[in-house]
Amino acid sequence: MRPDEVPEQSAPLLEGQRKAVYVVDKDGHYLIAQSGGTEAEVTVTEEAVAWFAKLAEDARQRARRGETSPLEYHMFRLRMDVPTLAQATGLWRWRVRRHLTAKGFARLSPKLRERYADALGLSSAQLQSLE
Amino acid sequence: MPSSPSSPEPTLSAFRHRQSAHCESGVISSLLHHEGIPVSEAMVFGLSASLSFAYIPLVKINQLPLIAYRMVPRFILKGMKRQLRLPLRFETFRSSADGRRRLDELLDQGRPVGLQSSVFFLPYFPVNMRFHFNAHNLIAYGREGNEYLISDPVFNAPTRCALADLQRARFVRGALAPKGLLYYFDGPLPKVDHVPLLRGAIRKNCFLMLHVPLPYVGCSGIRLLARRVLKLPAKKDLEFTQRFVGHIVRMQEEIGTGGAGFRFLYAAFLQEAAVLLQNPRLQELSLELTAIGDEWREFALHAARMNKGRAELDLPLLHGLLMDLADKETTLYKKLRRAV
Repeated sequence: MRPDEVPEQSAPLLEGQRKAVYVVDKDGHYLIAQSGGTEAEVTVTEEAVAWFAKLAEDARQRARRGETSPLEYHMFRLRMDVPTLAQATGLWRWRVRRHLTAKGFARLSPKLRERYADALGLSSAQLQSLE
Repeated sequence: MPSSPSSPEPTLSAFRHRQSAHCESGVISSLLHHEGIPVSEAMVFGLSASLSFAYIPLVKINQLPLIAYRMVPRFILKGMKRQLRLPLRFETFRSSADGRRRLDELLDQGRPVGLQSSVFFLPYFPVNMRFHFNAHNLIAYGREGNEYLISDPVFNAPTRCALADLQRARFVRGALAPKGLLYYFDGPLPKVDHVPLLRGAIRKNCFLMLHVPLPYVGCSGIRLLARRVLKLPAKKDLEFTQRFVGHIVRMQEEIGTGGAGFRFLYAAFLQEAAVLLQNPRLQELSLELTAIGDEWREFALHAARMNKGRAELDLPLLHGLLMDLADKETTLYKKLRRAV
């Protein structure tokens, strides 16, 4: 990569940050340049973020209709999925899957609810809302 | 031969932030600089023989397989400790309160401390870069009230992090859970002379890329991934196929790699090694690796456009590029092996 191939402008995604990348100058020497994010990396990151956002929005709609739990919405909103949430809480996946349903979520003990809230970095009250 | 500066910095001198491409190599390089041992990030990466490729279909991240362009987390730290015989001490904690107390204690002694943490819970990360990756590395170099002074090597400038946030990030559960891992130099550092170690480090990396008898690792891993790409269910499950293709690129470019999945970083190392060993052949091979890196970037651009649906999905094209890269890398490491 040459220094002039590095985008200087920080992509919105990076919120003004620039990352260090290694480039070769015209004499063939390596130096560190600051990159505002190349097209490839910006595109794929946006897509990864959008994937979670889509799942979260879908879960939110269903949770409104009572077809699923707010937990599912928060899980996707906070970029987790069932295996990650299970690992983060230390619960079996099948239990997590059960707690994701509206019925299973309603039956959660305060202690378990606290455990989920903790793993997601939320308060118990936030976990119940669809905010 | 590099020599340490003649006026050694006092250990309590102000910590200087250095930006680097990758968190782990950046942290150890910064910690060494602080001790008056100017070893660059690229040198750290090369000395610990951390360049790699791995495609492990059995380990899944958000339904997608594990793809890595370097060795496992902590490989760099452990490699540097062993290679340079550093008095690097690792500590993990059962309770987060103990972890906090120990960190405060070390900081109050004026030592910069390396930490492992989750990316997701660090508030200074841009929101869209936060994912649940638990093996991020950063340095705490002081504290003020309820805030820690943080030097995170992937950012331009030092920053601050509130106590509660850092605690959460250090003690998340899950894959690669940090368990509050912290590390620091415990005792005086030995005199560092890494030049005699370069040859062995390069050979080891060639071995890792060429001869590990597993289909998932090294150049054979690239070929395995290439064959998998060709078999993706483009018609049956377009979304999955697009995500898969995008995932390769994320592992290569987004996760601080210095560009082209650490290939440029390693090429920079080879260039440094060429000078230290007075071996012009290494300089040539460094440029060759740079050319390979540029091809990886070209692959990334194609794949990213297909990921977004901006370009038509063309799996044979990606397959061909990956196969070509595997061949070129194989040739390169064979030449590199002969050059040292």
